[in-house]
Amino acid sequence: MFRKILIANRGEIACRVIKTARRLGIRTVAVFSQADADARHTRLADEAVQIGASEARDSYLNSGRVIAAAKATGAQAIHPGYGFLAENEAFAAECAAAGIVFVGPPVESIRAMGSKSAAKTLMEKAAVPLVPGYHGDNQDPGFLQREADRIGYPLMLKPSAGGGGKGMRVVDTAGGFAEALASCKREAMSSFGDGHVLIERYVTRPRHIEIQVFADRHGHCVHLFERDCSVQRRHQKVLEEAPAPGMTDARRREMGAAAVAAARAVNYEGAGTVEFIADQDGRFYFMEMNTRLQVEHPVTEMITGQDLVEWQLRVAAGEPLPLTQEQLAIRGHALEARIYAEDPERGFLPSTGRLVHLAPPPESLHVRVDSGVDQGDEITPYYDPLIAKLIVWDHTRELALQRMLQALAQYRIVGVANNVEFLSRLVASPAFAHADMDTGLIEREHGFLFPQRGDAPDQAYFIAALATLLREDAEVQARTPDHARGDSHSPWRLADGWRLNSQSERRLLFRYAGKERAVVVGYVPGGYELRLDDIVVPAHGELGGNGTLRVEIAGMRLDASVIVAGEKRHVFLDGHCYALSRVDPLFVSGEGQGVEGGLFAPMPGKVIAWLAQPPVDVDRGAPLLILEAMKMEHTITAPTAGRLNGFHFAVGEQVTEGAELVDFEKRA
Amino acid sequence: MTTLKSQLNSRADDFRANAEAMRGLVADLREKTAQVARGGSEESRQKHLDRGKLLPRDRINALVDPGSAILELSPLAAYDMYGGDVPSASVITCIGRVSGRECVIVANDATVKGGTYYPLTVKKHVRAQEIARENRLPCIYLVDSGGAFLPEQDDVFPDREHFGRIFYNQATLSAQGIAQIAVVMGSCTAGGAYVPAMSDETIIVRNQGTIFLGGPPLVKAAIGEVVTAEELGGGDVHTRISGVADHLAENDAHALQLARRVVANLNTVKTVGLDVRPPQEPGYAAEELYGVIPSDTRRPYDVREVLARIVDGSAFDEFKQRYGTTLVTGFARICGYPIGIVANNGILFSESAQKGAHFIELCAQRGIPLLFLQNITGFMVGRKYEHDGIARHGAKMVTAVACAKVPKFTVIIGGSFGAGNYGMCGRAFSPRFLWMWPNARISVMGGEQAASVLATVRRDGMTLAGKAWTAQEEEAFKEPIRAQYETQGHPYYATARLWDDGIIDPAQTRRVLGLALSASLNAPIEKTQFGVFRM
Repeated sequence: MFRKILIANRGEIACRVIKTARRLGIRTVAVFSQADADARHTRLADEAVQIGASEARDSYLNSGRVIAAAKATGAQAIHPGYGFLAENEAFAAECAAAGIVFVGPPVESIRAMGSKSAAKTLMEKAAVPLVPGYHGDNQDPGFLQREADRIGYPLMLKPSAGGGGKGMRVVDTAGGFAEALASCKREAMSSFGDGHVLIERYVTRPRHIEIQVFADRHGHCVHLFERDCSVQRRHQKVLEEAPAPGMTDARRREMGAAAVAAARAVNYEGAGTVEFIADQDGRFYFMEMNTRLQVEHPVTEMITGQDLVEWQLRVAAGEPLPLTQEQLAIRGHALEARIYAEDPERGFLPSTGRLVHLAPPPESLHVRVDSGVDQGDEITPYYDPLIAKLIVWDHTRELALQRMLQALAQYRIVGVANNVEFLSRLVASPAFAHADMDTGLIEREHGFLFPQRGDAPDQAYFIAALATLLREDAEVQARTPDHARGDSHSPWRLADGWRLNSQSERRLLFRYAGKERAVVVGYVPGGYELRLDDIVVPAHGELGGNGTLRVEIAGMRLDASVIVAGEKRHVFLDGHCYALSRVDPLFVSGEGQGVEGGLFAPMPGKVIAWLAQPPVDVDRGAPLLILEAMKMEHTITAPTAGRLNGFHFAVGEQVTEGAELVDFEKRA
Repeated sequence: MTTLKSQLNSRADDFRANAEAMRGLVADLREKTAQVARGGSEESRQKHLDRGKLLPRDRINALVDPGSAILELSPLAAYDMYGGDVPSASVITCIGRVSGRECVIVANDATVKGGTYYPLTVKKHVRAQEIARENRLPCIYLVDSGGAFLPEQDDVFPDREHFGRIFYNQATLSAQGIAQIAVVMGSCTAGGAYVPAMSDETIIVRNQGTIFLGGPPLVKAAIGEVVTAEELGGGDVHTRISGVADHLAENDAHALQLARRVVANLNTVKTVGLDVRPPQEPGYAAEELYGVIPSDTRRPYDVREVLARIVDGSAFDEFKQRYGTTLVTGFARICGYPIGIVANNGILFSESAQKGAHFIELCAQRGIPLLFLQNITGFMVGRKYEHDGIARHGAKMVTAVACAKVPKFTVIIGGSFGAGNYGMCGRAFSPRFLWMWPNARISVMGGEQAASVLATVRRDGMTLAGKAWTAQEEEAFKEPIRAQYETQGHPYYATARLWDDGIIDPAQTRRVLGLALSASLNAPIEKTQFGVFRM
């Protein structure tokens, strides 16, 4: 086994590999870009090497630097994770040339599976079922039209060299074929520099089912069953699970055998995934083989009890596979949800920023969180905005769904937009719950997944108010010892709003969805009386750590979190997050202090320069002119945003103290 | 410590009757307090708000630490005086906690006669400064006043304790290191200009606060200059040109935030040198005090029943329990602070007066604050007692009370009559704070006694002149005297004239005392030097 490996990746997968390596007693070397200087994987590894600027092409995609780092640190092998250099045959070859083990398949296997059409030809020979189609070199439009008519409609046109859905076209009728072909070729040319296309039957309501395979250099090859990755958003997997709902043992054996045949056909070694497209009645066709560890590998680990990274390292070190096919079995059901920094409400637009608050659900036998970030870390625009993968396991799919819903409800993220609530709705959607799955599920269930956003529930306002009051109380308590020695029990420390012969009443104003609502606070022994419109509730509670609080409102006890970020109070309640804004009419920023008075000469002197051309609109603080006085230059700046109409003194002219220097008009 | 056991049955008829009577008094007190808390007329308050200004009590609420207590002083000042339309004497004074420090806050109420100073406004302002001085509390003045109320100028301007005293106090308080902070949120005209000018640090609100010796009308009359108030002495002028103010605020809220910042930078540390323990609630509910106090003031009751509902854990270690039993003395705690208690349990005799003097000496020696619970009709009279030298023994107690330098607090829980008032630390003996319960009465003697004394004198005169005086005539003579004493001895009459620092709900006594005790400990406890005790 290796003594030291380098992980040529970042984020959760780098952390994931480090974890297994550490368990196996292997030292780890991380590589990091400028943006990741303080990233979790950089902190976690035994050693870390900076390999370049923040852009991936200058760092994580720069194979030369990665190999140099491995050499410099004496790493014997490089684990590429997924993405970046993971399926780059040139990189695998460079590793070999440098005498470093590439934890992945041989160069030839990567190459064989790299071109989709070549791969399909290979698969056809190995008797792996393929979607009826044409994958040949004859690209004559007339010929292709005839092939299309033979295959039948609807069908799909794809660039041979492509991936990720780019350039793909669905053609419903023979009449639309010619035009779709032309545009597909154009896009293939511009995206991949190769205009070759292939044609396939288009499976309506397809499911995406993939088989995890593993092979070693001793001629063993097994499969670790299937994963269902049908829930996708624009060909991006969102939820993955294993086993696939509705899968029969016979079909599983059939698919497993096909996947093993596929791997053997390319003399595979290490971890690979054979992706199939399956129609609703269970027929399946080979799509492609991913020659790496998949993002969603944890669901397989959860149902097999195996550590796939360990398997990878053992195979790469030349050991045989740890288990035979007969020794492998499925236990229970696992689900994975990808937690992304993205805004589902705004077309899943990636979101960047600091994770002001990050509290994943606690890990257990049932819940696993593979995270690449900690609270306080940044989600930068340079890389995939994956925050973490949330994986749950239980005996049945139904129980696992329950676990997933609970875990998502406990997930608390503030600082970036995220898809946690979207995932909750997705898991709770009837289609997913009943395993009525296909890759179009998200589009089909759009109405359910994107409900109209109404007002936050009253409870959210009460909790936000209570959190405000409890924090005030804690603050008063915390402050006292600083300026009162020996007075730790002073009744002045009680934040109970005490008033002589009367009661104090406060209004805490919150804004949500453009509407302001006030919680009126009355202080009562042991807590508060909160009023929202005409609802009055007794409330009390106590603060826990990291934004959590245990509250009792109108006799109901519950745990909530309120995370303060600026004026925002992020209230986490029943798996929802309501970002209420605290409107404090008493809070004003210090406008009016500071640069005020800059329009007058602070002392006798001489104007030596005009710094603006009137008439002109200027911002607050904009330099207007320079005055020389007492051998010093004083820059006169705009006191507020406004309009400079002119100067009262010419350059070179002397001014007296207090003289108005410019004609300036404040902008309201 | 010894725990007091209540002998009362809260379900007994008289207990219930007492409670009902006291509840009525407390309800009336709360209602009157709520009434004056509104300040000026609806119209003037609306005008004030329309100018973007906060009402004075809201200013105070925003100034103090969120949720912390506010101990308002004499909210019913000037009650039923000046035609009844100067609520709280047009100035709100209180102790509140700002940036973690207890401060005295003085806020003019511009909705009441433009915040002008009536005689009692001056008295209340000066009293607040006295509290600041004795307890070393920073002063924050939220200024919004038109200056002296001119029709009453003879009772506002010239005398020693009149308007000028405010500025004298500012100078001398500042000299003692007691911070003087002004927030100019409205007018500061003429003499009023000296409040911000005499302060250590001053904040002014733009387009709202003004400071000038003579306002625009006076300037025009005097020198013919036409100038707006803002040009003459607005926030911009004073923070940029004149230097009269130090910080420019955009509005009330901003100004108050700046004031909080100023206090945060005072660099003061309160050091409490007492043996403080974690507070314990009394073993009996505070509301039971309502039932403890007989609705008939002539009915005696055991003052320990009151103590059991005020002190920590109802624990009270009595001193000289078996001697001079009409005065109860002993050690207890309130909100964790140690305190020596002197409480009347009947008329004062020579023994009780000596016991009181002894106990006060003890507390002064040990640096333990003193609490006086007054319910006293006076010292015993009669040949036996005069011969015994009761005046001499009473004088000992009065000397001890007058000289003791430990913080003293007085609550008049019943009658406060005659020399008993002196021996029990009445207003003239400068307790740090003095409060009354709503059932209390204060006068040189009881109304009935006064009527009898005067009737006796009258009857003696008539007898001498050989005239007859029927019982009916005598009753007609006595009735107005009794009525006068009842009116003038009433807590509302007393508090209106600032003979106290406020009337308090008995159930709030413990908290009021705790807050005041804590505030008083901002000043180090001085060593006491007693005068000559007549032996």
